[in-house]
Amino acid sequence: MKQSLENFKDSYLFYSFKRDKIAMISFAILLVLVVVSFSAPLIAPYNPYDAETIDILNSELPPAWMDGGSTQFLMGTDQQGRDLLSTMIYGMRLSVLIGLGAVVLQAFIGISVGLIAGYIGGWLDNFLMRLADIQLSFATMMVAILISAIFQTVFGSSRYNELAVPLLVVVIGIAEWPQYARTVRASVLGEKGKEYVEAARVVGLSSTRIMFRHILPNTMSSVLVISTVQVANAIMSEAALSFLGLGMPVNRPSLGSLINAGFEYIFSGAWWITLFPGIFLVLLVLVINLLGDWLRDVLNPKLYKG
Amino acid sequence: MFAFTVKRILQALFVMLIISLLGFSIKHEFGDPIRDMVGIQVSVKDREILRETMGLNDPFITQYARFLKNAAHGDLGTSFFYKKPAMHVILSKAPATIELVFASSLIVILISIPVGIFAAIKPRHWFSRIAMGGSIVGVSIPVFLTAILMIYLFSITLGWFPSYGRGETVDLWGWHTGLLTADGLRHLIMPAIALSSIMLPLFIRLIRSEMMEVLETEYIRFAYAKGLKKKRIWFIHAFKNTLLPVITVGGVQLGIMLAYTILTETVFQWAGMGFMFLESVQRSDTTLLVAYIIFVGGVFVIVNTMVDIIYGLVNPTIRVSGRK
Repeated sequence: MKQSLENFKDSYLFYSFKRDKIAMISFAILLVLVVVSFSAPLIAPYNPYDAETIDILNSELPPAWMDGGSTQFLMGTDQQGRDLLSTMIYGMRLSVLIGLGAVVLQAFIGISVGLIAGYIGGWLDNFLMRLADIQLSFATMMVAILISAIFQTVFGSSRYNELAVPLLVVVIGIAEWPQYARTVRASVLGEKGKEYVEAARVVGLSSTRIMFRHILPNTMSSVLVISTVQVANAIMSEAALSFLGLGMPVNRPSLGSLINAGFEYIFSGAWWITLFPGIFLVLLVLVINLLGDWLRDVLNPKLYKG
Repeated sequence: MFAFTVKRILQALFVMLIISLLGFSIKHEFGDPIRDMVGIQVSVKDREILRETMGLNDPFITQYARFLKNAAHGDLGTSFFYKKPAMHVILSKAPATIELVFASSLIVILISIPVGIFAAIKPRHWFSRIAMGGSIVGVSIPVFLTAILMIYLFSITLGWFPSYGRGETVDLWGWHTGLLTADGLRHLIMPAIALSSIMLPLFIRLIRSEMMEVLETEYIRFAYAKGLKKKRIWFIHAFKNTLLPVITVGGVQLGIMLAYTILTETVFQWAGMGFMFLESVQRSDTTLLVAYIIFVGGVFVIVNTMVDIIYGLVNPTIRVSGRK
């Protein structure tokens, strides 16, 4: 453990991280956001899921520093009288959770498909990659919207709202796996001809073992790079779906559904219900994107364009 | 080339078949055409009779074949809410979406090409740095947030532009266009900018990186060595070869834009296909929903097939090796 920590300290990755101010600041902000959102029950001043602490008379209060604002609610309240800051912290936890879950799922599907397609090749490769191409040509956002619309029809909206978190993970996971599949396949094709793979084959190891234990670790740098960007994408997709009313319901809001709820009140001048969750969402996605950019420059795997 | 084209078209047909199968199974499982037609006043027995005469008790395959046959004739069923053929509803909403996409593409093309080229030739210039920094911020702002903030700023606070709807439209041989009236154009500006805000950063980055790659190639260096004017090298020699990948990606991005119209149209209550689609989900108008899926699927497949074929014409190597 100590040795690997030493190794990490001397690594090129850490060295370039220390020299890149943007990466360091992004990482710090991301760390704060994630820690705050996951310790929501401890940090948030109120519990937005607890109906007893909510008073409808407090609804649509402006932020504390404006006229009519209350020091009780730093960033004001939303249309149901919930403290906006607490609701946002809880909402961000949901957004991050769904984003990570969706990325794990799509990575699982995409890596398996990419490995199999790249390693086995032949008609299977052709078929799987055509499938990925076709799905990509439909735009992930479109696929996500269509699948969630279908799910909503299939499950009915009340049941959909109950199961929103796992369903969103599935929807976004299914919509975005081709990115992984293509990247992993490209790296597998590069690794396949190398000597260590041949050696493993000569020793008589099974294909599964070669694929997952020998080739997979060597594709990890490109997987890492797209994973960061994909987390940002997944959070964006979740927000978009929630905004359309195809995601998290209003009583368990994510950042997207908060923006959606706030949009109805923007015409009456209650801009904070939309703006603050919006800022948090943009900040979250932006720092992940910046980190992804930095990581790509450092590891520089040959990625697919587009 | 002929074999390549045939292969692509066959593949397109196959994809359409899959989409229609998917659409039909949703309709089959979750749509209730009897409810759509008669409401809840009719007795169970009458419903059963109607069900039998309409062939709703036939096996799945028979019904699917009938659905396909009708779809091939442009009949995708009748919308429960509009009481009109779903295809008519979609086609009546299409002009609004097409105009929106057209206006935003125009914005994207007019801004991204000059900015992208500039950022490629002068990567260290302050403007390029701002453009590149701005583009990563731009990618991180969801399109609906841009739209909402624009409404708050320009409609509610400043009152410059209307916040929803298409405004006055003119009937041009059955095509209701908002492009010909001042009011329609005023309504178009904000949705078009909001929609283009998601594509603009992507295109600026794409054009810049392609152009920089081209500028590194041998023939550009040779052109410098020959003593050609810099402007000629940049805009004629390099830019031409930048365009090719940009066009292919552009074709695919057109589809992505169609997806984002759903978001933009929802915010601005723009009476296009995306807004209609979301309403059909909320009203559980299954027929219209499925019709939209099939229609949009068709648009995607046609666009992609055309891009592939055009690309195959321009760049012969991919005919053999398949798309990159």
